[in-house]
Amino acid sequence: MDFRDTADEAEFRRALRTWLVENLPSDWVDRMPTVGRYDEALARTWSRTLYDGGYVGLTWPKEYGGGGAPHTYQGIFLEETARIGAPDHIGGIGLGMAGPTIIAWGSDEQKKRYLPPLLAGEEIWCQGFSEPGSGSDLAGARTRAELDGDEWVVNGQKVWSSYAHIADWCILVVRTDPAAEKHRGLSYLLVDMRTPGVEVRPLRQITGDPEFNEVFFTDVRVPRESMLGNPGDGWNVAMTTLLHERGTLGFALTAALERQVLNLVKLAKEQRNDGSRPADDPVIRDRIAQQWIDLQALRFTNYRSLTSLQKTGVPGPEGSVAKLHWSETNQRLTKLALSLEGLASQLDGEGGVWDGYWQYQQLRSRGNTIEAGTSEVLRNIIAERVVGLPRSR
Amino acid sequence: MDFAFSEEQELLRASARGYLRDRFTPERVVALAESQSGWDRATWKELAEMGWLDPSLGVLEHAVIAEETGYALLPAPWFSTVALAWPLLDQELRDAVATGDASATLATEGDVRADGATLTGTATLVPDLTSVTHVVVVAHDGLYVVDATSDVVIARSTMDRTRRLGELRLDHTPARKLTTDRTALVDVRRRALALASCEAVGVCQRALDLAADYTKSREQFGRVIGTYQGVSHRVSNIFVSLQLGRSLAYWAAWAVSEGDAQQDVAVAAAKSMASEGAVFACENAIQVHGGIGFTYEHILHRFYKRAQWLEAFEGYGRDHRAVVAAALFDPEVAA
Repeated sequence: MDFRDTADEAEFRRALRTWLVENLPSDWVDRMPTVGRYDEALARTWSRTLYDGGYVGLTWPKEYGGGGAPHTYQGIFLEETARIGAPDHIGGIGLGMAGPTIIAWGSDEQKKRYLPPLLAGEEIWCQGFSEPGSGSDLAGARTRAELDGDEWVVNGQKVWSSYAHIADWCILVVRTDPAAEKHRGLSYLLVDMRTPGVEVRPLRQITGDPEFNEVFFTDVRVPRESMLGNPGDGWNVAMTTLLHERGTLGFALTAALERQVLNLVKLAKEQRNDGSRPADDPVIRDRIAQQWIDLQALRFTNYRSLTSLQKTGVPGPEGSVAKLHWSETNQRLTKLALSLEGLASQLDGEGGVWDGYWQYQQLRSRGNTIEAGTSEVLRNIIAERVVGLPRSR
Repeated sequence: MDFAFSEEQELLRASARGYLRDRFTPERVVALAESQSGWDRATWKELAEMGWLDPSLGVLEHAVIAEETGYALLPAPWFSTVALAWPLLDQELRDAVATGDASATLATEGDVRADGATLTGTATLVPDLTSVTHVVVVAHDGLYVVDATSDVVIARSTMDRTRRLGELRLDHTPARKLTTDRTALVDVRRRALALASCEAVGVCQRALDLAADYTKSREQFGRVIGTYQGVSHRVSNIFVSLQLGRSLAYWAAWAVSEGDAQQDVAVAAAKSMASEGAVFACENAIQVHGGIGFTYEHILHRFYKRAQWLEAFEGYGRDHRAVVAAALFDPEVAA
């Protein structure tokens, strides 16, 4: 047992820190955190800078343009970029979900076609899994694809699709065999979002921002070879995607929470109009300390899961708690931040505390227990697949 | 970064688990808890033979054993001897502990004064006082050791009958001075917090196992109750609490074993989360058991009481969170 960096890891961390300082704008560290609104131009530029610096796809196989590094390197990367508050790579869904699934299931041609522009941030991916009639119940997907000559013809509707409005490609779960048992009738397509018949309609979240979308497919013709796996493999391919969504997420979640805890500590140290500081109130100190403890619990649980991954090739059962714990912690944290602001907590723009940063974060956090597996589904998974209770349905 | 115990440490865990499973069945633990003395003195020689009192063990080895003793609810003064008293003992006593001829605890609360080679005064809330052969006493001018003879120890009725608290009444009682330096107590406390956290993890794991076993077999309304999400989600919550507490407890044990710069916040985080997690786990295990879980007959309440003992030991969660807060907000003071 040793939580310190190895010599190589320490050198990687040191070089990354230097690189971040040199490549972020000089006033970056002292900037106020931006209100949630997504700065697409900044994200695109930064993604290219990261790619040129060799920091994208650190753990991916070298043959597909990755760095071939151990998972700890990705963890260090996320820790350091979170500490300095660097922007996120624009291709989160591509890097975290589409890419690993293509590596696992794609043909050589598919890997060569899709992975390099994905890593370079030149092509952005979105996810077409949830539908109005099947959210948590993915196997109930009804968007259908029928073979017509050398093309699949797709008709149906997807929903809650983040980044679809700027995406070039979509990982799409479709029903290709309506007669088969519901898990076996699914297939997994890679769809060019510019194909005629694809229509993206932004949905506004409770923050007021259009971060996710409805996507309509009307007679969308997709080349037959744009499928991952064979017809009927869709469920298993999608499970690979979700395994990566939930499995490699731990470091990203720890990094995101660390940034929020640091922000909360900063907020609590600011003087109110009467000269008092929240940081001097013992009740508030107690609750903020709990947030820090929750953060460390997430961090070290993630380390344990990673150790298991490195030693056995599969993440340990403890990894299943990361997203559940993170989402509920983040909700408590952001509400606590608002409670430090008094009635000013109701101002969500200019004149408000941090120009509405916390108001955005608090509202956005309500999605955390819904997206990427609701807390209810995650608790079912823990009960049934980890603790071994009988299935509830 | 490597978050795993060594092969040797895992072997130690397996042997500890096997020994405790064979020798401390739930029936025997209950019988001992209900007995006058609260334990079987013959246990002490067994622990010595197992190597659990060996001076060569480090904090990580102790962490492994502490977790297993929590899981089994071992009624013996192992925690008091190893986690509280041992670092303060002189060589003679350490040798006697190693062979299973002595056991010890630590008395920190009270008002005890030295007068030459004797001590006078009262110390309260001393763990395992009636089970051990020696007590390290924190007196006004230093640390002393006295024999825990029947004329100076008083048993106090304690919720957790497997780890009872006692009162030490000294009246010109012969004592041997160990040191005048009280700074050693800081290290002892840190180490004790890490090991208490590990023990709490063991309690939490047992609560999970009991809850899982019961909800897999108990039927109501024609179905196994573990299929009801109102029940199964409580079990999932115990699992979450267990994993979070375990991660912090191992981190704390490692930090203490290495003298890491973060050891103080690590033990504070671990102690608050692991002990509160164990209490939470037991409460939810009792709930999913329904009426039977609320009976004195069922073993669950004994784990619940140990969990509460651990939560209360050396400060409830808020005391430890105050340490964390100081590190976050007043780093200059904390350092």
